[in-house]
Amino acid sequence: MVPLSWYLVVAALLFGIGVYGVLARRNAVAILIGLELMFNAVLINVVAFWRYLHPAQVPGLVFAVVIFAVAAAEVAVGLALFIAVYRRFGSSDVDDINLLKW
Amino acid sequence: MSALNTAMLLALLPELLVLALMGVVLVADLAGWVQGRKLGWLTVVGLAVVLAVSLSVAMPNAAGAAVWGNTLRHDALSFVFRMLFLLAAGLTIFFSMDLPGLGDRGAFYLLLLASVLGMMLMAMANDLIMLFLAMETATIPLYVLAGFFTGRRDSVEAGFKYLLFGALASGVMLYGLSLLYGFSGGAVEFEAVARGLSETAAPRWAVLAALMVVLAGFAFKVAAVPFHFWAPDVYQGAPTPIAAFLSTASKAAGFALLVRVALVAFPGGTMPWWGAALAAMAAATMTLGNLLALTQTDLKRLLAYSSIGHAGYILMGVVAATKLGLTAVVFYLLVYLLTNLAAFGVVTVLERNTGSPAVAHLAGLYKRSPWLTLATLAAFLSLAGVPPFAGFVAKVWVFMAAVEAKLEWLAVVAVLNSIVGIYYYLVVLKVAYEYDPPADAQPLQVSRPVVWALAALAVFVVVAGVAFGPWFGWGQWAAMALFP
Repeated sequence: MVPLSWYLVVAALLFGIGVYGVLARRNAVAILIGLELMFNAVLINVVAFWRYLHPAQVPGLVFAVVIFAVAAAEVAVGLALFIAVYRRFGSSDVDDINLLKW
Repeated sequence: MSALNTAMLLALLPELLVLALMGVVLVADLAGWVQGRKLGWLTVVGLAVVLAVSLSVAMPNAAGAAVWGNTLRHDALSFVFRMLFLLAAGLTIFFSMDLPGLGDRGAFYLLLLASVLGMMLMAMANDLIMLFLAMETATIPLYVLAGFFTGRRDSVEAGFKYLLFGALASGVMLYGLSLLYGFSGGAVEFEAVARGLSETAAPRWAVLAALMVVLAGFAFKVAAVPFHFWAPDVYQGAPTPIAAFLSTASKAAGFALLVRVALVAFPGGTMPWWGAALAAMAAATMTLGNLLALTQTDLKRLLAYSSIGHAGYILMGVVAATKLGLTAVVFYLLVYLLTNLAAFGVVTVLERNTGSPAVAHLAGLYKRSPWLTLATLAAFLSLAGVPPFAGFVAKVWVFMAAVEAKLEWLAVVAVLNSIVGIYYYLVVLKVAYEYDPPADAQPLQVSRPVVWALAALAVFVVVAGVAFGPWFGWGQWAAMALFP
């Protein structure tokens, strides 16, 4: 069987790519995609830990289900707000969305 | 896992009633039985009923019990916070009822109740899954509420910014939670996580890193440095009553969860750096919040930075991690929540009448609306921590908690910060009392519900400052949940 650490490394790389996407991309939709990658990395972590540590117990699976349900809700609200922003600002570039600043 | 019984239902009664109220509001709005601001009255009355019923039949004993398969804790600590959230939601509705575009929309009440439900579960959460689920239930409706005025650019920008930062923070925090779940050997309950982490085979630096990213998620939620930068932007753009709700109930919910996590799941003994990180965060938060507040000319941004400063004071009580510390945290949050709601209530009135919440628009408020100015005086002096107002007593207790826990340096930093704080609160009052009003100034129009709410809050701020015994007693009772 593949050792647990391989899964953790893949998850860490995926998480890193997601964070990079959120911080470096200027397009709001690309940022939302980066967020999805972060949540997916967490899912790999949780399911791998569950499979290797306590495959007979259910909390790990519940954790995973809760995470992807919440991630879907988060992105649904994100896209709705993005549409509202796009209508007001006529742009999907986050650098243009900058009325509020100190 | 036991079968459904009365004790379990009683433990969750306030949440079930809020859920039922959401159903009533939804149906009443969709079917057109109740329209416009009457929905606000329906929700307020519903919340009052939930509060009264919970206080009379659902009171736990102080130590409480874990219910629903150990996912939730029904104890004094969670109970006090849950009642506080119900109160904050009711007051927020008083401030928003007469705001066009907000108080006449059923969706607003529904989202507010959904958020309150999430906050109540945050206060009760007893495992990592519920921690995450409750936090998101509380926060996702707030993203929508912050961007509720879809026709206004600043509001949608605030909503979208809040969502991007919030989702990033929760993603990062979740990554930490998933690692902690693995490092503790597959445990999700807080006590089991603490046990698992103390005998973990994982390297120390990895556990510490996971704890730090979890802490980052909490720092976002309570607007603590270095994850505070969203707060001023979001408060400024969001509808003012929503900003009030964000800076009070949402922050209190973050702390309700943080104290449980910090004291039960990751007690200082397992990880030596955890306490030091919290202490450094407390000092940085209060200093930066107060210093940046000095230069603000917009009342909402000023209150945002002031609320960051207050998060720092409250963190001191969490760092102390003693019975007195926890008591002080609960009492401070109670006082801060009601005081800050009063301050934001004044901002709501000001913005409604003058079109913007600039500090300059307060000029001559005393000559225009003396009673409103009196409420402003009580709220701001209490925030500044001037006796005999409640904020002074609350500050004294957190400072004492820090000193008792041998954190004298932190208490000194906090005292210096309070002195800085007094300056910018007094500047606001100086504009209101000393400056001349514009030539064509009229008395400000204040709607009936706002008058009642502000009067009640102003009276509370004075009464709780003079006779703080009963309120402090609530804090002591709540602290008994974790320190029997």
